[in-house]
Amino acid sequence: MAEANLLESAFVYLTATVVSVPIAKRLGLGSVLGYLIAGAIIGPYVLNLVGDPENVMHTAEFGVVIMLFLIGLELQPSLLWRLRTAILGMGGLQVVGTGAIATGLGMAFGLSWQVALAVGLTLSLSSTAIVLQSLREKGIAGTEAGRSTFAVLLFQDIAIIPMLALFPFLATLSVAGDGAAAKGALAAYPGWAQGLAVVVAVGLIVLAGRVLLRPMFRWVAASGLHEILTAFALLLVVGVALLMQFVGISPALGAFVAGVVLADSEFRHQIESDIDPFRGLLLGLFFISVGAGINFALLVAQPWLILGLVLVLVLVKASVMFAIARAFGRKTGEAALIGLGLAQGGEFAFVLFAFAQGAGVIPPEITALLVVAVALSMAITPLLLMAGDWAMRRFEAGSGEDRAPEIEEGHHDVIVAGYGRFGQIVGRMLSTYGYKISVLDHDADQVDVLRGFGRKVNFGDATRIDLLRLAGAADAKLLIVAIDNDEKALELVETAREAFPNLKILARAIDRRHAYQLMAAKVDGLERETFAAAVRLGVKSLQIMGKPAFAAERAGMIFSRYDERALTAMFEDWQRVEFADYQRIVRDRTALEEELLKRDMVALVGKSDGDEWGEETLEREAFERNLARKAKPD
Amino acid sequence: MPKSVLILFAHPSYARSRANRALRTVAQDLDHVTVHDLYETYPNFLIDVEAEQRLLLDHDHIVLMHPFFWYAAPSLVKEWLDVVLDYGWAYGEGGTALAGKSWTQAITTGGPAQSYCSDGLNRFSIDELLRPFQATANLCQCVWQEPFVLHASRQATPEILADAAAKFSAMLEGLIDG
Repeated sequence: MAEANLLESAFVYLTATVVSVPIAKRLGLGSVLGYLIAGAIIGPYVLNLVGDPENVMHTAEFGVVIMLFLIGLELQPSLLWRLRTAILGMGGLQVVGTGAIATGLGMAFGLSWQVALAVGLTLSLSSTAIVLQSLREKGIAGTEAGRSTFAVLLFQDIAIIPMLALFPFLATLSVAGDGAAAKGALAAYPGWAQGLAVVVAVGLIVLAGRVLLRPMFRWVAASGLHEILTAFALLLVVGVALLMQFVGISPALGAFVAGVVLADSEFRHQIESDIDPFRGLLLGLFFISVGAGINFALLVAQPWLILGLVLVLVLVKASVMFAIARAFGRKTGEAALIGLGLAQGGEFAFVLFAFAQGAGVIPPEITALLVVAVALSMAITPLLLMAGDWAMRRFEAGSGEDRAPEIEEGHHDVIVAGYGRFGQIVGRMLSTYGYKISVLDHDADQVDVLRGFGRKVNFGDATRIDLLRLAGAADAKLLIVAIDNDEKALELVETAREAFPNLKILARAIDRRHAYQLMAAKVDGLERETFAAAVRLGVKSLQIMGKPAFAAERAGMIFSRYDERALTAMFEDWQRVEFADYQRIVRDRTALEEELLKRDMVALVGKSDGDEWGEETLEREAFERNLARKAKPD
Repeated sequence: MPKSVLILFAHPSYARSRANRALRTVAQDLDHVTVHDLYETYPNFLIDVEAEQRLLLDHDHIVLMHPFFWYAAPSLVKEWLDVVLDYGWAYGEGGTALAGKSWTQAITTGGPAQSYCSDGLNRFSIDELLRPFQATANLCQCVWQEPFVLHASRQATPEILADAAAKFSAMLEGLIDG
């Protein structure tokens, strides 16, 4: 299949993708691994369906260029500023620390310092694609650990740029310079001239981005043809890549700079959505070719060397990151999760290895080894994350080694469990009226922040009966369940209902299903967390659409009343019947009740503007005339 | 056969009104009397018209019980009149739902009795000031009753309150028996 034509290769690649990626995702391995496995299967060591993967690699590298472009595009200054300590501190230390240790190890094993440095820096990177996706899937992206991880990844993404710029310089000094054919047209010139050319080129891009790009984008957008805009966005990336190749540094660097330049343009979202599909597919292609390029013969030939590499890589990365996270005040469990989560090699290692090999920095026999090791380390990421998750639970569960619950004992009128956006409002209203409230939150950071604002907040898991009792649940009148986790909230309601039968319980419901569950657990009242706000916005919308303020306000009330009654009625059905029947009942009931609701609201708000001449109004006027006639004394 | 009485009770700050508490307490203790607290039922003024109309139909006598704010009722009572007494139901063509029921205004005032006359502070008599309610009852073909009035309610001693409560109770019993 060496001279496979385009259609045949496309067929093989796409089939491999379509078959293995969904399987990998379903197994919880993530799409990157799916692509790698697909590549390995169609590669020369298993099915041998593709020719030299190098050819495809070339096309696929454009996916990496686009990815860097998009990373640049997403670098909003505000986000960077908010995370600045974490990005520069944790991220910087991670790359430098891991890089230094790996370089030292490499030199200890007899690599030259240039090769060791290139390898070390490359291995310090983790897999943005795999980690971010896994964090989202596990629902920890929004936690402290998640944010720290994101910050480190962000720094790594940025660090790639100087690495790409640095490697050619390492190559000029490299003793292993046999393949050192720097690609650019300026390769013949000395290092400083190349450096100057890079600076000039980047300056050119920045300048063009500020001055030329916007008018051009506007001009193209004015054509009204969507695909032309896509073509222009691609042209932009390709053009920048070509320019960068001309001055002899990575196209990816140029794409990144171009992305940053465009980050504050009004076309940002447009460009992002236009290019994203290309990124996905081309990046997929890139991973496949990496997979196809994994030298399994090497793994078979030197299994212990490679497994040793993987082990050392993961151990070094995890422990360095763990130490840094601890130094930055993360709790033991969190630090373990962050460290283990970032312990694999990254997809950019493949890019950098390919680049470094092309630039003559690292000899091919070493990159071959390292590519296998990195791919394997990525493959075990799901396992590492499971371990991290376990560590986090272990260290945080049940009072935690880090921080014991802190509960102020004594009598309280009301106990508020969960003191985030929701609980705070309820708590403040109650305090204003002079009720003694006891506030419980299990998020240590949140507790510290609130205490900083001078609020009295207890630290502890409200689902624990002993803590509730300490907080005074036995003689309090009311428990407010304002936790944002639906299962925990339900658990708390059930526990408290059983342990303190006289306690009234009000709860925050996440959604309708949760509302039913809470009703089944016999709460004394509940509010769906977004319902009231949505109705308020509906009222404002009616006003904008021209309805009088009072009519709009009343419409909001009528709608709320209708929906709350429907909630009660449907709850009974929900309890009584199977889900399929429930759906049918809801369908029928909704149709009927919406008719009634419409009638009520139209009567009040009016069908359209100018309804003062509607049927009802005329009827009423006729009646009033009639009445006036009758009322006249004869 | 005893008749049933519906007391439409409206006081925006009931917890602070000794007079209304005294009167309402005796009313609640009577059989055949329903005390329907409007401010408690409709804190957002969104009155359930159908429920109110059903309640009216279920009773023989109507009592509107409220403090006499600005020579009228607290605003929720006005809202209640506006939306519940609907055209074609309470008045107008076919609007005979309330025909024949009695209508009693039961009010507490701040001023003493003597201030409600042509040369008093309030210039008009209670009867004159209640004319809009009387006219409303009239249009709904209800039978207007002698209003029940507790004057100078803030100054009322426990004895006066007890006395007024007894009279109120007797008035209600009269409606039930009558």
